[in-house]
Amino acid sequence: MSGVWVFIENRDGKIAAIAKEALAAARTVADGLGETLTALVFGQDVAGVAAAAFDFGADAVLGADDATLSPFRVEAVGPLVVQLAQEREPSVIMAGASTRGRDLAAWVAADLEAGLVADGTDLTVEDGKVKVTRPVYAGKLLSTVFVTEGTQVITLRNRAFPQAESTGGSGSAEWVETAVAEDDIPTKVTGFAGKEGGVSLTDASIIVSGGRGVGGPEGFAPVRELAEVLGGAVGASRAAVDSGWIPYEHQVGQTGKTVSPDLYIASGISGAIQHQAGMRTSKIIVAINKDPEAPIFKLAQYGIVGDLFEVLPALTAEFKSKLG
Amino acid sequence: MKVVVCTKQTPSTTADLTVNPDGSVSWEDPGGKPNVVNPWDEYSIEEGIRLKENHGASDVIAITMGSEESQEALKTALAMGCTEAILLSDAAFAGVDTLGTAKVLAAAINKVEDVQIAIFGKSAIDGDTGQTAVQTACQLGWTPLTFVSAITAVGDGQITVERLLDDGKETVTAPLPVVISTVKEINEPRYPSFMGIRKASRATIPVWAAGDLSLNSVGSKVDWSKVYALPPREGSVEIIEGDSVQEKAAKLVAKLFEEKVI
Repeated sequence: MSGVWVFIENRDGKIAAIAKEALAAARTVADGLGETLTALVFGQDVAGVAAAAFDFGADAVLGADDATLSPFRVEAVGPLVVQLAQEREPSVIMAGASTRGRDLAAWVAADLEAGLVADGTDLTVEDGKVKVTRPVYAGKLLSTVFVTEGTQVITLRNRAFPQAESTGGSGSAEWVETAVAEDDIPTKVTGFAGKEGGVSLTDASIIVSGGRGVGGPEGFAPVRELAEVLGGAVGASRAAVDSGWIPYEHQVGQTGKTVSPDLYIASGISGAIQHQAGMRTSKIIVAINKDPEAPIFKLAQYGIVGDLFEVLPALTAEFKSKLG
Repeated sequence: MKVVVCTKQTPSTTADLTVNPDGSVSWEDPGGKPNVVNPWDEYSIEEGIRLKENHGASDVIAITMGSEESQEALKTALAMGCTEAILLSDAAFAGVDTLGTAKVLAAAINKVEDVQIAIFGKSAIDGDTGQTAVQTACQLGWTPLTFVSAITAVGDGQITVERLLDDGKETVTAPLPVVISTVKEINEPRYPSFMGIRKASRATIPVWAAGDLSLNSVGSKVDWSKVYALPPREGSVEIIEGDSVQEKAAKLVAKLFEEKVI
């Protein structure tokens, strides 16, 4: 059993940001084990993705290029990875914990009867095992987890690892046939509606969030304006989502998204423990709240006690003048 | 058409957790209700009940793998409107990994018979792996449909759903039977009715053990014995002071440039 495999998620023929994070983490594991790093590239017209995988540090690329593999369906890709893994017996299979990466890892581990560790935020290699740090109990505690025998299947939380950098590497990919014909794939994708504009919360390096303090749907206007100036995404607390002020896809917290941006600006958010669970791993947290006793100030590095309807526009103006 | 809802009992979202010297985790809740139905499962229970109300499902059966005290979670499911509840409990199930859990759940779903849809919450808030739905589907040989934000049609042996993916919403059709995992957007869970609570409190919940499911050992290939408290965030908050809001904003912006996060 040898070799580290990493799933390269691609969208619209381009390597996804989360795949670059996975490549960087998998490179560490491959080097730690002294094994080769193989990138798995699946889709249609993905020669460019394979080239990118070499450039971002893969030693080898194993791929399949076929219409049945685009858009991604786990019933098409899962059996192919399982078949390849049974033939070639890698020691580790890794993927970013995106919606697609999670499905794939769960499928592959189930059909290989392999151990699975989900949502790693840090990892080290000890005695041939990948020891994975992962949050549990909604981020209230941490654990160190590892697969005790056989192939180790591991997913990595969004933005927990830095993206791999270009190495200038290149190589020729090994292309294989698909495992399942279209007629044998049960699911048919009949529509896809991409996110309208804006930045995806889980990919964003800057998030500006609003909570109960914004007071209503129109209260998100200054939140959006600041996010726009910073090229960031708009987040929200459960209170704001449950009040119907902003759609659920913006919710950060225990029953929303877990995010880990470089900068998280919480405005009008008291910082209930459920909200903290979704954003406490942000690098820098800024709190803006009228109430100096709000729990969010205990988590933040910087705080402004004041009215968000005054503070946010002032920040927007200041950033505009500084960022030109 | 029978529907099974796979639920789990978890610590409440407000619970204070303690890691004991032996590595086990215990918790207390300031509100006095330390254990709840996994919050994500409220949506899957609701959707199961709606499949009965709107799509002609005959039975909505809640199942939970856990200790005897997990009956409480199942009683909540019954009080909301599930027609039956089954507890899967055996010393052999303790400490299994997600694949072991999937094997137990799949065996139970097969034993129920004639199930067309099994529904899961997005993940459980304690282990937080979000992998059991797909792995249960693999064990059953059924199609997994994860991150479902709407069930738009059920009929003629098929189901059409919308899935909330990282980069957008996908519409997908699959033949039944399927395993679904739901996201919060799918519905607004109802509160248990007074009558429902009364009925649930009198219900006797059957317990199925490993022998009932013809499972010998389910095992685990994952060691997660090391659980520990989070390191505290370093330092304390720096409150930005100033004579005007503009001055405070300017100071904060300067700090953020220094931190190199812009």
